[in-house]
Amino acid sequence: MLSYVLKRILSLIPVLFVVSVVIFLVIYLIPGGPATALLGLEASAEQIEQLNTELGFNRPFLVQYADWLSGVFHGDWGESFFLQQSVLDCIAQYFGPTLSLAILAQIFAVILSIPLGILAAYYRGSAVDLATVSVSLLGIAVPGFLLSMFLMLFFGVFLQLLPVAGYAPLSQGLWEHLRYLILPALSLGLVQAAYITRMTRSAVLDVLYSNFIRTARAKGLRESAVVFRYALKNAGPTILTVIGQSFGGLVTGTIVTETIFNIPGLGMLTMTSINRRDVFVIQGVVLFVTLIYVLVNLVVDILYGLVDPRIQLGRK
Amino acid sequence: MSETQNQKPLLEIQNLRVFFRVRQRLLPAVDGVNLTIRPGEIVGVVGESGSGKSVMSQSILRLRDYDSAISYQGEILFEGQDLLQLPLSRLRKIRGNRISVIFQDPLTSLSPVHTVERQLTEVLLLHKNLSKAQARARAQELLHLVGIPSPERCLRQYPYELSGGMQQRVMIAMALSCEPSLLIADEPTTALDVTIQEQILDLIAQLNEKLGMSVLFITHDLSAMAQLCHSVRVMYLGQIVEEAETSALFARPMHPYTQGLLACIPRLDFPRGEPLHVIEGTVPPLSRIPAGCHFCTRCPHATDRCRTQAPPTVEAEPGHFVQCWNFVSPETPGQEVEA
Repeated sequence: MLSYVLKRILSLIPVLFVVSVVIFLVIYLIPGGPATALLGLEASAEQIEQLNTELGFNRPFLVQYADWLSGVFHGDWGESFFLQQSVLDCIAQYFGPTLSLAILAQIFAVILSIPLGILAAYYRGSAVDLATVSVSLLGIAVPGFLLSMFLMLFFGVFLQLLPVAGYAPLSQGLWEHLRYLILPALSLGLVQAAYITRMTRSAVLDVLYSNFIRTARAKGLRESAVVFRYALKNAGPTILTVIGQSFGGLVTGTIVTETIFNIPGLGMLTMTSINRRDVFVIQGVVLFVTLIYVLVNLVVDILYGLVDPRIQLGRK
Repeated sequence: MSETQNQKPLLEIQNLRVFFRVRQRLLPAVDGVNLTIRPGEIVGVVGESGSGKSVMSQSILRLRDYDSAISYQGEILFEGQDLLQLPLSRLRKIRGNRISVIFQDPLTSLSPVHTVERQLTEVLLLHKNLSKAQARARAQELLHLVGIPSPERCLRQYPYELSGGMQQRVMIAMALSCEPSLLIADEPTTALDVTIQEQILDLIAQLNEKLGMSVLFITHDLSAMAQLCHSVRVMYLGQIVEEAETSALFARPMHPYTQGLLACIPRLDFPRGEPLHVIEGTVPPLSRIPAGCHFCTRCPHATDRCRTQAPPTVEAEPGHFVQCWNFVSPETPGQEVEA
């Protein structure tokens, strides 16, 4: 198992290398270069030249890359031009709300989708199945912002059960923290649930007619044991992958939801930084989000190995 | 064999009909089968793919109830109670405990993500009042019984780490764990290579003798059948067309289908260059079962009567039944099997 984990980690090195190069180049993709972006179109050539020298943009590419990379490793991800803060501090400050939101959304999604997916697969072709499949199709088709607005309108305005928008940090108490997150998490979670339900259904269907299911029944096991012990565990890798992808998506793809619900998370930081052309922050956020994505995938890979021993094949 | 002849039957299948519902039509996969298994007896059922032998054998524990729109007629009496009428909760107490099954493909019949120990002790914990440690000890004994060299190690392994023969031994150990009175072996050797086949057949024969367990042996392999079974039923399109003691069936096959099957076995003394014998045609689909005798479309001796009227089952010699209008009587020597 240990060597399997090590192998997975080693295999990340080339991925991270490519990613780092792309992210490093992000800055130079801005039309006119980073200095123009910062100073505006009216800046004179001398001003641009001066800023370029100050920030080191006129050094050779490789030197800049090496410099940047060593900074990344040493915790120096640059300074924000507007926030008077280091990029890492910015990210640390804005990541909390996003993480809370993603976790809560994921909990909603999993609680809803796994049982529904299993039910739909087990009662394939029945009314339950039909309802699940069509509602989840609806969930995939409806855009997240529309769902958000419906939720706001219904729970926030009509029922007045939950705040329409805003955010309270955990330091103000757990319930206060959750109260603000429920609606955005629901709106994110329902869409994810739609995907996970469909994938769970098809993954369970794939194994439900396997020979080992017949064997399990021939042993005299109850249907609940057949489904949960055998069908679900064998469908595990597929379901885990979908949940992993979904979590990656939740951490990285909350720009719209955070904007609608006015939550000071990474999505909002991304939006405002793009608007302000705060290039080092953009670069830092992209790097951070990529690292999270890679990390989530690594965790999923490791869980794979735990669920299905065949995946660790190389261990001997 | 002779002393078991007079005992009360362990399993009695009476006029069993099994239907699959396909697009509003009921297709009979098993069409009026009678079959009796006595304690300690090994009964073979032989037939081509599509003859209904697997459906028939899986109907005993109603293992197909989950996948398809299936309905039954007739009775399957096990120790006097009709398994077809039994609620599933009570049938589950019989499955794996009093009647157990081994299947054709051991690799796919074992769960790939559970260890042998988990899959093997599970049955014991389910049906026997054992502690985990007792179940583990018993599992080791069972693996030893089926000839696995290092049971301790095997318990920790996953099915994919074992060879095909070892996997099938694990399946057998699992099936034997509660000392069932009936073992249904559904083509247990088909997926294995020839030397392993021999070992598995030997093992089943030994266990039958040692434990007095009855066996329902489903196969399309006639030589396996000859080696193992006390008596044989030949199935074609959902019906039993011939039934006899193994020796009688091989010596004097009477149904044209049985004769055809036997003629299909290639022999070393067969003249070189001659094409091997085959039974013309294929098993018709269930939606196009011919009227009259089911075999009439492929039978070399079919007459008009065969095509319109279903033949009766006749006892041609004591204990040897055949369902045919024109079977070759054993009293007329010289009328050999036409190859």
